[in-house]
Amino acid sequence: MAEIRNYTVNFGPQHPAAHGVLRLVLEMDGEVVQRADPHIGLLHRGTEKLAETKPYNQSIGYMDRLDYVSMMCNEHGYVLAIEKLLGVKPPLRARYIRVMFDEITRILNHLLWLGAHALDIGAMTVFLYCFREREDLMDCYEAVSGARLHATYYRPGGVARDLPDAMPQYRESRWRGKHDVERMNANREGSLLDFIGDFAARFPGLIDEYETLLTDNRIWKQRTVGIGVVTPERALQLGFTGPMLRGSGIAWDLRKKQPYEVYRELDFDIPIGTNGDCYDRYLVRVEEMRQSTRIIAQCVDWLRANPGPVISDDYKVAPPSREEMKGDMEALIHHFKLFTEGLCIPAGEAYAAVEHPKGEFGAYLISDGANKPYRLKIRAPGFAHLSALDEMARGHMLADVVAIIGTQDIVFGEVDR
Amino acid sequence: MELALQIWEWFPLWFRILVEVLAKIVVIVVPLMIAVAYLTLAERRVIGFMQVRMGPNRVGPRGFGQPIADALKLLTKEVIVPTNATRFLFLIAPILTLTPALAAWAVIPFGEGLVLADIDAGLLYVLALTSMGVYGVIIAGWASNSKYAFIGALRSAAQIVAYEIAMGFALVGVLMAGGSLNLGKIVEAQSGGFPGWFVWPLLPLFVVYFISGVAETNRAPFDVAEGESEIVAGFHVEYSGMAFAVFFLAEYANMILIAALTAMLFCGGWLSPFWGDWLATLSAIPLIGWVFAGGVHWFLLKTAFFLFCFLWFRATFPRYRYDQIMRLGWKVFLPITIVWLFVEGIAIVAGWQPWLI
Repeated sequence: MAEIRNYTVNFGPQHPAAHGVLRLVLEMDGEVVQRADPHIGLLHRGTEKLAETKPYNQSIGYMDRLDYVSMMCNEHGYVLAIEKLLGVKPPLRARYIRVMFDEITRILNHLLWLGAHALDIGAMTVFLYCFREREDLMDCYEAVSGARLHATYYRPGGVARDLPDAMPQYRESRWRGKHDVERMNANREGSLLDFIGDFAARFPGLIDEYETLLTDNRIWKQRTVGIGVVTPERALQLGFTGPMLRGSGIAWDLRKKQPYEVYRELDFDIPIGTNGDCYDRYLVRVEEMRQSTRIIAQCVDWLRANPGPVISDDYKVAPPSREEMKGDMEALIHHFKLFTEGLCIPAGEAYAAVEHPKGEFGAYLISDGANKPYRLKIRAPGFAHLSALDEMARGHMLADVVAIIGTQDIVFGEVDR
Repeated sequence: MELALQIWEWFPLWFRILVEVLAKIVVIVVPLMIAVAYLTLAERRVIGFMQVRMGPNRVGPRGFGQPIADALKLLTKEVIVPTNATRFLFLIAPILTLTPALAAWAVIPFGEGLVLADIDAGLLYVLALTSMGVYGVIIAGWASNSKYAFIGALRSAAQIVAYEIAMGFALVGVLMAGGSLNLGKIVEAQSGGFPGWFVWPLLPLFVVYFISGVAETNRAPFDVAEGESEIVAGFHVEYSGMAFAVFFLAEYANMILIAALTAMLFCGGWLSPFWGDWLATLSAIPLIGWVFAGGVHWFLLKTAFFLFCFLWFRATFPRYRYDQIMRLGWKVFLPITIVWLFVEGIAIVAGWQPWLI
């Protein structure tokens, strides 16, 4: 009698649905997955070790590159840990700006997730619709920090600079006539806040547009309902956070449970799922985008009404203004010390976590009093999710593995670090 | 002129027939190939429009040079044969896919009497040839000696067999209604304009046939055989250059074929949608009267509409999972067709024939 063996398929690292560099060894019985073995480390860049060799403020840029689709939220976790050790509290306006950009980042992340998830399941059009809106949000990033992706905008003690009064505009070119440019610049005439306000006003309608393509689509439901079910108990045991945990029906959100920055003052709801399958997680994330839009609208209103400083005036933490440096010896010395030695943090340890679009993103810092961390440990949500892949995919079909990878919202920058 | 005719007569009869048939084949295949090329452009432009982007518009005026540029690129690329592949089968597979897709066109009537081979078992011939295409796919998947290609080939084989049956049953309905296997006769049985088309009395069969046609050509949302995000490109993952292009040509030629068949079997082929006095009045208009009367242009227009539906599906729907496709084929479409065949049979026996106006 012939020996019957399971079929092993190498899924990735160069696979269109591998979301970067996931190498998945699948043991298959026909189309049914018997075992899914994720191999990680192909994007390991040693971020934690690198951070030990640099002054604190020079590592902020590395945080952007962890989860490279939700940049500012990563910075936020790291900066919060530094502030906790220093005992510094940023000015209120800076905290509102941070919350607003956290939510913009959440929408950026969920838009990419929605597009990629739909594309994995075969619905192409949603992907391009999502990227149309991502473009606007990245313009916000660009307006505030000069970079469209890796912003390095949050600093210990506040944010790098105040919101600009003008939005960058499109110019006429060979490809874009006067008419097109006028239409594209229509909501860019005012300040950045006007642009974000306009976005928050029209975005719910655009979410409806994505939903018409997916939410009630029979094929979409057949592909996601009952796929990758995680029970609430199991989700807790596996260390799930964020939409993965809320999709299983556990109302856990750091923005509500341990409010940081100004989330306590803002009005928003936490959506949770009931079945813990891919479809519930999809609904949760779509609703989160609506809630983020609500938060953004509230932040825009507050920021319009309340001008003020956006970074701490403690010159041991934040650099003094250019103007002061010209006339004040003390300020010049502070500036020199900050940009050569960096900040020195009193010895101690601290853990600070934020509700990242993917879950709980935390930074654990140990300082020995020097200008560099003794140790930085990053808690990335994706790592815990990926380790549950085998459990979620077992017994499903090959096509469902793709749906599960999509629903986990894996980004290898943070998993491999 | 006289001289030319005399020289022509001088050749033996078999030679004259041969030349005549070859000339007809060229007249059908060349426009078909051009249609395939421009269908790829149309697909990219139409889907681009649906996805709020441009689509290719740089090569030549409005992107019309794009298919030619693509063809040139593919022609000049190397055809890589993997080391462990079965060389002969690997190279013969694309040809096996393309040949039936082109051969089926021999019996398609483009207009009244405009057909290469007016055979009586035309419908059977089409059915036989469209199911031949699966051999190319299976052989390609097997000969590539790649796991992804193998899964793709097996999926596609199972899928095509499943949908072939539903499709065959749907065509039995057409055959019963038309009373002939000859495609020309089936089209003529639908005369009487818009209400006379088989799409009305055979509506369930029409829906089943068209969806099965989409599945048969491995197009979205049934493209599991080449499901990009699951098994990369499925059965043709190892193919490159012209060998890949031939698969591509076959897929699009099959799409046009299915669209043409749908137009012919259910929507009256070359017949005009107008009927009765309207048709007489409209076709009597000088100069533009021929537009309203039946003709090749109606056939092409209907085919183009169904092709547009193919593209529209692709831009709208997510992909089915493999087992869901099987379920749809066996558990939904097959019962629907069988039930409707019974209804139709009873109607015919009872002498109640709504399609004979």
